[in-house]
Amino acid sequence: MAALLSPVAPGGQTRTAPPPSGRSGGVGRHWPFLLIVPALLVLLAVFVYPVAHTFVGAFTTPKPGTENFTWFFGSPANVAVLTRTFSTALWATLICLALAYPYAYLMTVASPRARAALLLIVMLPFWTSLMVRTFAWLVLLQDTGVVNGFLGLFGLGPVGLVRSQAGVLIGMVQILMPFMVLPLYSVMSGIDRRLLTAAQSLGARPVVALLRIFVPLSLPGVAAGSTMVFITSLGFYVTPALLGSPSEALISQFMYTQVSGMLMWGRGGAMAVVLFATTLLLTGLLGLAMRAGRRTRAGAR
Amino acid sequence: MSARLARAALWVTGVLVAAWLVAPTLVVIPLSFTDKVSLTFPPTGWSTRWYANFFGDPAWVAALANSLLVGVLVAVVATVLGTAAAFGLTRWTSRRGAAAASVLLLAPMIVPGIIVAIGVYAVFLKFQLAGSLAGFVAAHTVLALPFVVVSVTASLQTFDVRLETAAASLGAGRLATFRRVTLPLIMPGVVSGALFAFVTSFDEVVVSLFIQSPSLVTLPVQMYSSVTRETDPTLAAAATMILALTTVLVTGGLALSSRRNRAR
Repeated sequence: MAALLSPVAPGGQTRTAPPPSGRSGGVGRHWPFLLIVPALLVLLAVFVYPVAHTFVGAFTTPKPGTENFTWFFGSPANVAVLTRTFSTALWATLICLALAYPYAYLMTVASPRARAALLLIVMLPFWTSLMVRTFAWLVLLQDTGVVNGFLGLFGLGPVGLVRSQAGVLIGMVQILMPFMVLPLYSVMSGIDRRLLTAAQSLGARPVVALLRIFVPLSLPGVAAGSTMVFITSLGFYVTPALLGSPSEALISQFMYTQVSGMLMWGRGGAMAVVLFATTLLLTGLLGLAMRAGRRTRAGAR
Repeated sequence: MSARLARAALWVTGVLVAAWLVAPTLVVIPLSFTDKVSLTFPPTGWSTRWYANFFGDPAWVAALANSLLVGVLVAVVATVLGTAAAFGLTRWTSRRGAAAASVLLLAPMIVPGIIVAIGVYAVFLKFQLAGSLAGFVAAHTVLALPFVVVSVTASLQTFDVRLETAAASLGAGRLATFRRVTLPLIMPGVVSGALFAFVTSFDEVVVSLFIQSPSLVTLPVQMYSSVTRETDPTLAAAATMILALTTVLVTGGLALSSRRNRAR
């Protein structure tokens, strides 16, 4: 999955080389592992241990039990934060898909030079500072901003874009686009376009050929992109915090206030468990769906 | 005729989406040169006073210096660790072990940042690392590692392993082979990994917000707290400089990656 995020998809799993000659078994065969050890140690200390510490804290702070979870699911206001987070993520995913699908399709039919330009346009924002981009949206969407100034020319507005869910969505969708475009493109570019020609030669109109042949074949990309966008938007902090309304907080903002403001480590941990479990569940479902899809296609062949 | 129409519609959609991806961010550039105290767009007069303001304010200058220092250290540490790990992953004959290790190495990309932030904050408080340079470098290194691993792995996969066998048959030791044969050939992947690692650290906000201290604030954190307090065009000047720096570095990184691809 992470391969989808890299500027150049490395493609597939790591390749194994034949073992160095003259050595067999024991440490000799596993010497490459020693090279991974330093990175793994840093990860264990600064990633695995802290995250595990948070999860354990959810069940033990301030005292052992599931108190933090009953607190979270017991209050309608907290559950509302969770549902709001999910609905925002769902909307962001749908809008991303609607915008990214034609864009990725265009990349597959464009000339190599145009394709490179379109790819660069997707990759650059992916690496552009989140803070800078959110700040730019804040300036554009504020009540005296460009968008409302433009609407004012037509006698409309001002529309409250900042401190609203609309503002959050506009900012989030723009930032999440690469996560949708790249998986879509990598799947679409692998589709054999002669299938479309074949369908048309058999009498299908171009639109029908596209809908019945191309779209079904692109579904693995849709699934991968949607999952990436959905998962990433569940954990968004900066954009909703700056563009959203404080009264309509999403789960990550809520976690921030509980931990940083009120020092409720256990409650923050409980929300981390809920967020992480959801992320893991969705990733697992995607994996299963992809495997099932591959099997169906292999069977059809 | 309708096919041509459909193609035109596709291009119009594509160009609009492309504009929407890139254009909004660029608004910070003209804003940073405004002569007004407010962030109204388009500016009516021009000046460089906000850049003077930025470099005259010790808080902004310190934040910039901190971000550059942390970014460079992260680039060095993450590149060394990540290159070694990528090399080990591609050469490890235990496929199951390599798969498990790579899942762990790439996990920081998938786990929501806020979860990492809370965990790291708690642990750093315990070991008195919060707000320290070492703490910042360690936390950002973990987030930057996946990008180095992915980038270096990609170039190792196009690397012809027989070259190492040839070097070994000519009497080169394992270290000499790596230094004189493998490393020069995978250099584009290593450099683009280092650039991405720097940019990851330079842009990081969420974890930094938690582990910051009055004595150590990075540039994105300084921006975040200024946005929530007051908005003056100094922010736009800071944003423009970040934008210029990261664009140059990332374009370099992407160019290196695509050169590697063409060589394939």
